[in-house]
Amino acid sequence: MAPEPFGLLAEFDTPDALLAAAREARDAGYRRLDAFTPFPVEGLTQILRMPRPRISWVGLIGGFGGAGTALLMQFYVNYDYPLDVGGRPLYAISAFAVVTFELTILFSALSMIFVMLWQNGLPRLNHPIFAARRFHLASKDRFFLCVKGDDPELEPQKTAAFLKRVGARSVELVPP
Amino acid sequence: MTDRSADILPADQSIGKVAEQLAGIPLHFPARRRWLAAMIFACALLLLLVISTAALFTRGVGIWGINIPVNWAFAIHNYVWWLGIGHAGTLISAFLLLTGSEWRNSLNRFAETMTLFAVICAGIYPVLHLGRPWYLYWMFPYPATMGVWPQFRSPLEWDIWAVLTYLTVSLAFWYTGLIPDLAVARDRAKSRGWQIFFGITALGWRGSAAHWSRWSQAYRLTAGLAVPLVVSVHSEVSLLFAAGQIPGWHSTIFPPYFVLGAAFSGFAVVAIIAIALRSWFGLENLVTDEHLDLLGKVLLATGLMTAYGYVAEVFDALYSGGAHEMQTLLDRIGGAYAWTYWGAIVFNFIPLQALWWRRVRRSGWALFLISVSVAFGMWLERYMILVTSLYRDFLVSSWGGFTPTFWDWSTYFGTIGLFLVPFLIAIRVIPMISIFETEELLHEEQEEKHGA
Repeated sequence: MAPEPFGLLAEFDTPDALLAAAREARDAGYRRLDAFTPFPVEGLTQILRMPRPRISWVGLIGGFGGAGTALLMQFYVNYDYPLDVGGRPLYAISAFAVVTFELTILFSALSMIFVMLWQNGLPRLNHPIFAARRFHLASKDRFFLCVKGDDPELEPQKTAAFLKRVGARSVELVPP
Repeated sequence: MTDRSADILPADQSIGKVAEQLAGIPLHFPARRRWLAAMIFACALLLLLVISTAALFTRGVGIWGINIPVNWAFAIHNYVWWLGIGHAGTLISAFLLLTGSEWRNSLNRFAETMTLFAVICAGIYPVLHLGRPWYLYWMFPYPATMGVWPQFRSPLEWDIWAVLTYLTVSLAFWYTGLIPDLAVARDRAKSRGWQIFFGITALGWRGSAAHWSRWSQAYRLTAGLAVPLVVSVHSEVSLLFAAGQIPGWHSTIFPPYFVLGAAFSGFAVVAIIAIALRSWFGLENLVTDEHLDLLGKVLLATGLMTAYGYVAEVFDALYSGGAHEMQTLLDRIGGAYAWTYWGAIVFNFIPLQALWWRRVRRSGWALFLISVSVAFGMWLERYMILVTSLYRDFLVSSWGGFTPTFWDWSTYFGTIGLFLVPFLIAIRVIPMISIFETEELLHEEQEEKHGA
């Protein structure tokens, strides 16, 4: 048996057409759907029932990590090499505030960006979808809906006809 | 702002055309000659920096005009000036993203690029000023054989953490926003070299809905972090001054005064770059008169807030009643360096008043000249804050003066080369206006038109 294709890629002219088609496809029972758009389209992830991203939690944890690292570091260096400056306190929290704040931001921002890339599976320089003939338009002005190859409902002929019916401008089978 | 964004870009352009136009700038560079001329000029300046730095490292900081009592002059003055310019890039990009002011979309990319290189120019100055720059690593907490750690209770130590954090986060934010556009350029690239370059730098971005939703969340949250970061970094810079006891520095107004002054000078430089780029590349359809109008308003507003800082500073000195504070105030308005004080006031605030008129804000040339005046005025202000406070401190016996030497000037002009060379390279190789955000904005505008 030939390996199952990556999926069936349907091209739409506008975000609204894509949204409408995605809704129809959900209603028709397709579950393994993805969309490719030149800019984020509002409401698309809800229609496709994608889980809400949890990057914000990563940012929160990263922030605490940064603050903790900074405080521990500053407490430790003052403990390890105490320097009495006119009797001022060694563990001066107010003087530690700036570095603590900076590291909170640094750890939080970097962890969010790295986790975003990691969850998105990037960098990944090649991907089956790039083999689609018209896919380069997904970064320009076309909006694509993809029924993935592992969708139990996918029957190339029937699904292609369905996608045409809901307004696709072109439909293409993407090889694995 | 929201009712305005409805027609910030001419809505009759097609989304695809805009993508082609913007991705086409690096791919089929339109202004080769002018770019080359600018690049040669910038490289000459950069060469000047290399020579000045070599001279500095061989002969020491004595080749500058600094001495006791004015031991902080051009190095710290230009450090603050460059860093301040950098801040506007983050504010435009992050703050206006969060407030939903979509007019930023035509400006944010090059404003962020400006931030990166301005911060680099700023960052090298304290290193050059170290005197023994090869000991820079003493600033980092590493287990030294001497058993000594950096002094975390000193603002001078805070500085390196603040600047490096700012540089790193700016770079990460800039690159995150750039990834989708690199993918646009990758898909349009025809020659092998560009395909490889954009293919690698785009990281294989494919615009999947799941990707966009994670990307948007990460991008917006990073923007949310970048705004307080800007405020903290420049407040920290002001603490380098305010935490000392020198009259004229030891004031609680310093953090907001510095942050607003930074935004003011930075927005001026953003306006300069916006006007220059749009006339270079014929981008009048994307950087519209409406954008200049808004930039002019922001410039006017931040300028007036900076002016308030001046007033508060004078009030602070009068209210303190301290003899040395009063002496410094009098030195500023009538001393040997009074020209820097009055120069700052004239260049910062007099031409600025023309921005009350809509016609002036919408005229490229007028806004350009006013912005140049502001950038220069803010440069004088930093000069004034440094020198007028230091040259006459508490003991009459230690009074002195400061005159910049040739090497002071050559290092400063050199850093302009250090800014321009990578900036020009960036213009040449990456899309300088955010493509996908422009498309998104155009789409929203067209939707609204249809809806109405």
